[in-house]
Amino acid sequence: MTDSKYFTTNKKGEIFELKAELNNEKKEKRKEAVKKVIAAMTVGKDVSSLFPDVVNCMQTDNLELKKLVYLYLMNYAKSHPLCTDCEDPNPLIRALAVRTMGCIRVDKITEYLCEPLRKCLKDEDPYVRKTAAVCVAKLHDINAQMVEDQGFLDSLRDLIADSNPMVVANAVAALSEISESHPNSNLLDLNPQNINKLLTALNECTEWGQIFILDCLSNYNPKDEREAQSICERVTPRLSHANSAVVLSAVKVLMKFLELLPKDSDYYITLLKKLSPPLVTLLSGEPEVQYVALRNINLIVQKRPEILKQEIKVFFVKYNDPIYVKLEKLDIMIRLASQANIAQVLAELKEYATEVDVDFVRKAVRAIGRCAIKVEQSAERCVSTLLDLIQTKVNYVVQEAIVVIRDIFRKYPNKYESIIATLCENLDSLDEPDARAAMIWIVGEYAERIDNADELLESFLEGFHDESTQVQLTLLTAIVKLFLKKPSETQELVQQVLSLATQDSDNPDLRDRGYIYWRLLSTDPVTAKEVVLSEKPLISEETDLIEPTLLDELICHIGSLASVYHKPPNAFVEGSHGIHRKHLPIQHGSSGPAAPVDQPQVIPSQGDLLGDLLNLDLGPPVNVPQVCSMQMGAVDLLGGGLDSLVSDPIIIMHPTLCGWKNIIYVLLSNSWSGPGLISVDFLLLLAVLNFCVLQVWLPAAKAKGLEISGTFSRRQGHMYMDMSFTNKALQHMTDFAIQFNKNSFGMIPTTPLAVHTPLMPNQSIDISLPLNTIGPVMKMDPLNNLQVAVKNNIDVFYFSCLIPLSIFFVEDGKMERQVFLATWKDIPNENELQYQIKECHLNADTVSGKLQNNNIYTIAKRNVEGQDMLYQSLKLTNGIWILAELRIQPGNPNYTVKNTLNEKVCPNLWPVLYNIIWMQLWMYYS
Amino acid sequence: MIGGLFIYNHKGEVLISRVYRDDIGRNAVDAFRVNVIHARQQVRCPVTNIARTSFFHVKRSNIWLAAATKQNVNAAMVFEFLYKMCDVMTAYFGKLSEDNIKNNFVLIYELLDEILDFGYPQNSETGALKTFITQQGVKSQTKEEQSQITSQVTGQIGWRREGIKYRRNELFLDVMESVNLLMSPQGQVLSAHVSGRVVMKSYLSGMPECKFGMNDKIVIDKQGKGGSSDEAGKSGKQSIAIDDCTFNQCVRLSKFDSERSISFIPPDGEFELMRYRTTKDIILPFRVIPLVREVGRTKLEVKVVIKSNFKPSLLAQKIEVRIPTPLNTSGVQVICMKGKAKYKASENSIVWKIKRMAGMKESQISAEIELLPTNDKKKWARPPISMNFEVPFAPSGLKVRYLKVFESKLNYSDHDVIKWVRYIGRSGIYETRC
Repeated sequence: MTDSKYFTTNKKGEIFELKAELNNEKKEKRKEAVKKVIAAMTVGKDVSSLFPDVVNCMQTDNLELKKLVYLYLMNYAKSHPLCTDCEDPNPLIRALAVRTMGCIRVDKITEYLCEPLRKCLKDEDPYVRKTAAVCVAKLHDINAQMVEDQGFLDSLRDLIADSNPMVVANAVAALSEISESHPNSNLLDLNPQNINKLLTALNECTEWGQIFILDCLSNYNPKDEREAQSICERVTPRLSHANSAVVLSAVKVLMKFLELLPKDSDYYITLLKKLSPPLVTLLSGEPEVQYVALRNINLIVQKRPEILKQEIKVFFVKYNDPIYVKLEKLDIMIRLASQANIAQVLAELKEYATEVDVDFVRKAVRAIGRCAIKVEQSAERCVSTLLDLIQTKVNYVVQEAIVVIRDIFRKYPNKYESIIATLCENLDSLDEPDARAAMIWIVGEYAERIDNADELLESFLEGFHDESTQVQLTLLTAIVKLFLKKPSETQELVQQVLSLATQDSDNPDLRDRGYIYWRLLSTDPVTAKEVVLSEKPLISEETDLIEPTLLDELICHIGSLASVYHKPPNAFVEGSHGIHRKHLPIQHGSSGPAAPVDQPQVIPSQGDLLGDLLNLDLGPPVNVPQVCSMQMGAVDLLGGGLDSLVSDPIIIMHPTLCGWKNIIYVLLSNSWSGPGLISVDFLLLLAVLNFCVLQVWLPAAKAKGLEISGTFSRRQGHMYMDMSFTNKALQHMTDFAIQFNKNSFGMIPTTPLAVHTPLMPNQSIDISLPLNTIGPVMKMDPLNNLQVAVKNNIDVFYFSCLIPLSIFFVEDGKMERQVFLATWKDIPNENELQYQIKECHLNADTVSGKLQNNNIYTIAKRNVEGQDMLYQSLKLTNGIWILAELRIQPGNPNYTVKNTLNEKVCPNLWPVLYNIIWMQLWMYYS
Repeated sequence: MIGGLFIYNHKGEVLISRVYRDDIGRNAVDAFRVNVIHARQQVRCPVTNIARTSFFHVKRSNIWLAAATKQNVNAAMVFEFLYKMCDVMTAYFGKLSEDNIKNNFVLIYELLDEILDFGYPQNSETGALKTFITQQGVKSQTKEEQSQITSQVTGQIGWRREGIKYRRNELFLDVMESVNLLMSPQGQVLSAHVSGRVVMKSYLSGMPECKFGMNDKIVIDKQGKGGSSDEAGKSGKQSIAIDDCTFNQCVRLSKFDSERSISFIPPDGEFELMRYRTTKDIILPFRVIPLVREVGRTKLEVKVVIKSNFKPSLLAQKIEVRIPTPLNTSGVQVICMKGKAKYKASENSIVWKIKRMAGMKESQISAEIELLPTNDKKKWARPPISMNFEVPFAPSGLKVRYLKVFESKLNYSDHDVIKWVRYIGRSGIYETRC
């Protein structure tokens, strides 16, 4: 055991010495030398210059030496065909040769590889064949075209029928990997015969082979329930395997095929029962496997809560569990909490709240709040537990408790307000924004019951500018609420906060909200009361649920990294957005009206679609802009801005309680983002920057009662399509899905459409759909045209809309000064366009500030003859830069737009810029 | 699939680095060291994503093993493979330590080349590997020997070679259980389960077919239906309900699923035949009754009674009770009736050890803990009292009914095999809150 000495030599001229030793006459010396070379290679030294000498050592019949040389070759091979070894009488050497050759990633060598590989795929020895099968996958990675041309894929398919189970398993693994990047997704040709072969091999091959086969089986769609059941029957025994990966892969197959079985059959019920013990057993494994298992159980519990509902005890946290296991167990405990077990769960949670790890304790406290919201009968006990915890005075426990108590107040209004006094005692110890905001919200909401509410809120006002935005916004709203409830005593306070928010703050969100309140209060206090103190929407019982379509996709990935991250593979695997997403199989002949959600919907070819769109009367010239006034006081506030939107096809304010009135309601009355609510930033931006005006994209008359209105926005570097779906039909709507046609910017939805509950008649729902630009690109006319298909249980509908270009302006659009100068000069004159903006009364700094908020960056500023010249740059998501020169003369600024790459963008760009500047100016002066 | 495998010492120096896929660059080795090994904080997750590369790691003593990938791999498989790799290395050169790894790095590369091909795990049974990966280098094998090796490595019974001969056919069965308990201070069982293993050491000639039977409730009830009702009633009492079990890969799972019989051809030497879990009717060998009283702000009085709950003729061994003490403890006085007790300041606990204790007995310890006054507002978390012990029976109630050996080709029968059975019950996590 002296190999470690090779690591220690570190003298000068080492390479020279090694060269001499490699050419030594004695065999033993040469072997020593090769070991030294490998050692040097391991620590990262460059020993490539020894290539010929090392290769010379290959002519030996000593297997160990040969392996060492091959190891070296894999790292440094430039060119040296190893064909002769593929003919060696020893199968171990034949396999070694073919294994090594696949690792040499040099095109010329791979050409030499084809013949030997073909032979090895048909070798008499199974060991050689199983190695050759993997070699095809290696070769495909280097040169996919060649593998196809040489017919290796067919040879692989033949190996599925091989007599040796390990050869079958490796062939399956290789084919599965190749098919992921292959346009023909059914490369494996999964048919009942092949499935049968796989199931037979499953009983005989190694644990790893079983995993490959099970993972492959999960991609198969059985043609009917009988087939599904017979596969399930043969997969179920795997649940008793000692290897947890075999168990999880078997669970994946069963979870997928369960979808196909009739829900009332005996077999379905037995199968569900069989799934629970193996899942519990996974928790007695090593902690890392426990972690993987728990992340998967989290998904399974969301998909089929019945499987583990009796097993909550096994998720109780042990004192010595690693923290990652503890946090996951806690998550699952809350999901499984029900009226039947709540007493036990609460006792546990109380125990956890005294532990050491801060994250864990916080999560436990939050969990108590979630129990209260979920199980109504337990709310009282939860509240008293939380009060006990507040008495401990441990800072982070108190703060977390206050945050969850706010949610409890929301869920059960007028029930637990008696504890407000206790909460107020802890006012001074709160130092986290979340907790401060929660406390302020509570004070504002219950201002009429708290005698000294004005004093309490005033105390926060002192350090107003040091607070975080979240606290500032909440405080503003809380004081307005207080004023509306006790107008006589708090006039001064409200004046103070409004002036702090509007005059002394440079935060646009805060300022804008301040102005809205100010206007609202001064125009029509009755409406103000109606808006600010309106009834709040209910908060949902379950939180952190994974959106159903994503959940279904993740169920198809049980056991894999995707299930650990709870993200679809394309979110973390490079270059995988082209590959097909997995979805659960759909039961055949199901009686429900639901069409398969994930089945790709074919958007009609462009010609057809245009016809469709004309029928929809969406073309700008056809429809007169239709602006409907609102009966609310708030209309005045925003009304002035509506004229600016004439450039857009249709503008409608919803007269019903949905759409934008609703948004304003939510915005003004609930200035915190609790469960079930959309973030305030979003609403503010929506309301203020985009005028809160949703365009009607799809009128109800054209879509069998479904009305879709929406707009686009960009927030925190991400693009969103904000839509409001309104059901104006008499029946409920479910199974919503959305798809975009190819478009100029390759825009596609990042996540599937998330509409969880059926949309009842006369109900509307607001959706914010995240978008990205990694989809297929096709040039549209106009450039920012987007064709959309939306489907529900009734039909598929098509509409098109215009994307405001401003959402494509990326955050890193600031060009280097030098680069800017050089580029500006290089742009040909014909790419230059010039526009004028009228009636603008702003100075240069304000303009550049406003533009920067929309990712248009000022690179330089000059003053020429009393005029301010601004040089600006912006970048689109597709990498196109746009440079601009802005000349400001009082009363008449000239805007010159210069475009670097694509002149076609410009005509479209103009309205965008116009819009941004105009609306900003308007907001400032109104 | 797995793109690369790295082994580091506790300082983060690379001992072994084997890259299987092109998408894993050399910088991946450093990325893991910097972001995980050198990160100040405690590791909060065994899967880490650094710059779109996912790292899976396990730690054995002070050696880190990490697998890197850029694909959506089967995460459970990667961890299982890392465990397996540790087993294989341990089987070859003993404990995983920095010295052992450095001394055997060539062997490790050779093993890694064999058990992982392009990131796909291949046969990793030590028995099979040892036939052709040796440090001596394979000398002249005959053609038969070579094909025997390859057929074993790829074959259906990859875990056993043909032609094994023993003069004395012998087998040992160890039923090893660990009993886990979480009890409330009031003596209510919050959770209890037994996780057991059946470990077999076989020294048998040829390719013997074995059949293992135990007092599994499902099997006994099935047989009871056929026999007289009297017999069923009698055996029904002794049978146990197994929640779930998993088997070594040598066991025919489909046969277990259909007939619930455990049949297999065993590997040679020691292996784990099965693991199981039970939650019903567990015999809890000890009961811990804690009593903690806070006397003012600077004193705690602790009294703990343990009661043994099994046949008086049996002896429990290696009994150890750990009673946690607060961090601000200044001094402890202990009185115990039996064994020795000591306050260990470094572990913040009182450790009470008793060598032996018969069934149906009880013993007691009382301690006075002096505390330093602190201004820490947070109350002491009161970790649970934990216990360790070993008892010579299976707390689940499992009994081995038979282990039959059939070898048709060789000339020995089930009666000629010498069989030994032993039961060991140990404490797993055996905690009582106080």
